[in-house]
Amino acid sequence: MIGLEHYLVVAAILFVTGIFGIFLNRKNVIIMLMSIELILLAVNINLVSFSVALGDMVGQVFTMFVLTVAAAEAAIGLAILVCFFRNRGSIAVNDVSQMKG
Amino acid sequence: MLIQTAVFALFAALAVGGGFGVVFSRNPVRAVLWLILAFLAAAGLFVLQGAEFVAMLLVIVYVGAVAVLFLFVVMMLDVDFATLRAGMARSIPVGILISLLILMMIVWQAGRWSAGSDARPGIASPTPPLEEAENTVALGRILYTDHVLLFQIAGLILLVAMIGAIVLTFRHKSGVKRQDVVRQMYRDPAQSIELKDVDPGKGLR
Repeated sequence: MIGLEHYLVVAAILFVTGIFGIFLNRKNVIIMLMSIELILLAVNINLVSFSVALGDMVGQVFTMFVLTVAAAEAAIGLAILVCFFRNRGSIAVNDVSQMKG
Repeated sequence: MLIQTAVFALFAALAVGGGFGVVFSRNPVRAVLWLILAFLAAAGLFVLQGAEFVAMLLVIVYVGAVAVLFLFVVMMLDVDFATLRAGMARSIPVGILISLLILMMIVWQAGRWSAGSDARPGIASPTPPLEEAENTVALGRILYTDHVLLFQIAGLILLVAMIGAIVLTFRHKSGVKRQDVVRQMYRDPAQSIELKDVDPGKGLR
């Protein structure tokens, strides 16, 4: 029987994979953004699992809002990335400290 | 029950494998494709739990919009990804250490967690039985009544994100010919047309 714990373990592994991805690809902003999406996916799995386990619909409503914020964050992050690439010709994180205004 | 367990194992393995693929793949385009696999597997897990609406939303929003956005940007930017990977080996031990620490903390907490005795009476909006309302109907009932303000704010966030993305990436080019309607309307024939009397055989000078 698959219970709440199994879903929580999957979510925990995905969350930690996302964190590890941020550590591993410290220079590549695109992979970093993807790792953040993985972390948010793990959070969504947690919210839905608890919502189903406790029989409370609010968790699924909240998942939708997390989804909205994740989509907005990806759009803004990639827009900043494109803007940055146009100005500097690279996407190395080390150069971002020179960003002004 | 056996089928449920097998399907859970399949989708869980696909989700975790997709996550590892995102982190470890050398090619960013492949990383995006692994990300799509992870999203689809998570959608499968949601269907397995009976949260169909969120699952379909995940497929539409993440796979349909966010992943395609990532793919678009990865392919549009001409970046040498090999140089970005230099020095990656140095951060592996610290990364593994911190990740394992966090994983241990989460699993330890999740292992000893159990719902308190006052958790069930405190439920805000209980899931209706399946005969009464399916997942989408039940979600719609509370989304447009109890949480309508949050719903509006989510729309506002998307609007602000859209405006921000356009402002950030919009470039005003100079030297592009555009139609100026007001100027067009205020032109009159007296200024713009000149009549000349041309003598036969002489041409116009």
